[in-house]
Amino acid sequence: MTAPVMTATALARHYEVGGGMFAKPQTLRAVARVDFDLYAGKTLAVVGESGCGKSTLARMITMIEEPTAGSLTLDGQPVVRARWPKLRQDVQIVFQDPYGSLNPRQRVGTILMEPLAINRRDMKKAAREEKAREMLGLVGLRPEHFDRYPHMFSGGQRQRIAIARALMLDPKVLVLDEPVSALDVSIQSAILNLLVDLQERMGLAYLFISHDLSVVRHVADEIIVMYLGKAVERGPKADVFAAPRHPYTKALLSATPQADPAARKERIKLVGELPSPLDVPPGCPFAPRCWKVQDICRETRPELDLPAHAAACFFPLKPGENATDAVLSEEDFNTESLPQTD
Amino acid sequence: MSDTLSAEVKMIQNRPGRLREFWFYFRENRGAVFGLWIFVGFVLLAAFAPLIAPHDPSAQFRAFALRPPVWQDGGTWRFPLGTDPLGRDMLSRLIVGARYSFFVGIVVVAVAASGGIIIGLVAGFAPRWLDAIIMRIMDIILAFPSLLLALVLVAVLGPSLTNAMIAIAIVLQPHYVRLTRASVLSEKQKDYVTSARVAGSGLIRLMFVTVLPNCLAPIIVQGALSFSTAILDAAALGFLGMGAQPPTPEWGTMLAEAREFILRAWWVVTFPGVAILVTVLAINLMGDGLRDALDPKLKRS
Repeated sequence: MTAPVMTATALARHYEVGGGMFAKPQTLRAVARVDFDLYAGKTLAVVGESGCGKSTLARMITMIEEPTAGSLTLDGQPVVRARWPKLRQDVQIVFQDPYGSLNPRQRVGTILMEPLAINRRDMKKAAREEKAREMLGLVGLRPEHFDRYPHMFSGGQRQRIAIARALMLDPKVLVLDEPVSALDVSIQSAILNLLVDLQERMGLAYLFISHDLSVVRHVADEIIVMYLGKAVERGPKADVFAAPRHPYTKALLSATPQADPAARKERIKLVGELPSPLDVPPGCPFAPRCWKVQDICRETRPELDLPAHAAACFFPLKPGENATDAVLSEEDFNTESLPQTD
Repeated sequence: MSDTLSAEVKMIQNRPGRLREFWFYFRENRGAVFGLWIFVGFVLLAAFAPLIAPHDPSAQFRAFALRPPVWQDGGTWRFPLGTDPLGRDMLSRLIVGARYSFFVGIVVVAVAASGGIIIGLVAGFAPRWLDAIIMRIMDIILAFPSLLLALVLVAVLGPSLTNAMIAIAIVLQPHYVRLTRASVLSEKQKDYVTSARVAGSGLIRLMFVTVLPNCLAPIIVQGALSFSTAILDAAALGFLGMGAQPPTPEWGTMLAEAREFILRAWWVVTFPGVAILVTVLAINLMGDGLRDALDPKLKRS
């Protein structure tokens, strides 16, 4: 396999929260030690529920925020703050909300040309405009849209503009932060197909962040499942969907609706809340909600195991193992593992 | 497919422009339209003052001192609104006075707004400690009664119209700073600012090209409203002898000069007072309409 475009090793981001004049600030571990590789032409999907650190990961990769620990390399070069201005051109981002991500006072043409105006000073204005118009066509918009303002477009069209802007600098990595969550389902597929098409044409590496597993199933090559800032499972799409090894992944998958009414539904209902990221349990972060929990889970933190399809769990699920079986066989489990709530 | 698309395109093209839309909402408020017309008249009066005024505002017709307006006994058509104690034509002085008021309004708003916007932008983008320092200084300025502070500043700088304008501008500035900072803080959160940063925008570009144009609506309204405050404060300072100095036909100064004749000749104080009242009222009405028209929350869809 070719060398990865981007490699993250033990990437972490902590925030200091609270802490007034007298109180000691608490450390919030938004992302804790995440590793991944991005390859040209491949899509890495990051899934997880809200608050698990997906967007923080995106902000670190796009150099909006500096990682607290760990290292990031782009094309073999280390990404450090001093080199951000140079490296930024290679990593661009598309945001979730197409209504907030375009400057309402700029015309589409200006929006598209802005990255070039900043980074390609030597480029002639006519050349910039030509490139912007070409990109407009590439994302499926028409030339007459060039002189319009963003408020004249629908959500899907705006997302196309946002994608066009992200591609203006010919990036190597495109971070897609829930790019279709704010769109209608019919528009979603159009945008996803556009993204797949652009990836093939330009050899882009995608980091696709989503909480929608049916979307991920459509676009991803590899999947990282995150829970409370940590990767709990990592592997090729087919393996993760067919045989999830971490109980959390299993529960997550069971929550996706299926179009087949005859299929046997095995809906795993998780009990309890996501623990506060300010006070992560010492052991496995998923332990308070897990149905396979044992003493070791509460005390020691499991790390990702096998390289190909890794899960951070002491008791990974075997293919075909059902969660409900486990629950039924240990009937007293539920009451025991309920978190302390009143 | 292409049919529906082109229909959509047509609909978009038929959508009224920003100015038309603005006028539509502005027209709703009749007081505001009324204020606008008076303001337009005031601007025309100020612009063509030397052509309209029947006499030189500082020419003294000693034989006609304290003549009443034309509709009272003893009034003449030569001086339609009467004369002041030195025999100067009231009407001419009021018309030329409009010039000073307009000048004060423009200069004060321009100085206060440009300074306030820049300081507000800096405060919005600055690290927390600098932001805190700037905002506490603005709070200190705001803590003083504005006219009192202006009075002290003029007393320090020396009484003249220019110094009065500087003082009023300094007093009005914190409002712009707070307004700009608040808008900047809320705009800064939005994704388009982040994406401009990812595209490589520097801080200056981010401040002035990306964020500032999106913060202007409330600042424009504040500008219109503080135009009248500036006129009122300038008149007040003039009345207290700290603004324009005689024989300048500034409205507040005219009031102060004629104070001792209030009981003998009502017109010498009434007309400058009415001029100030009408102008300030008209601009305030217009400003209210402007706020309603520019505030998206009050818009009907």
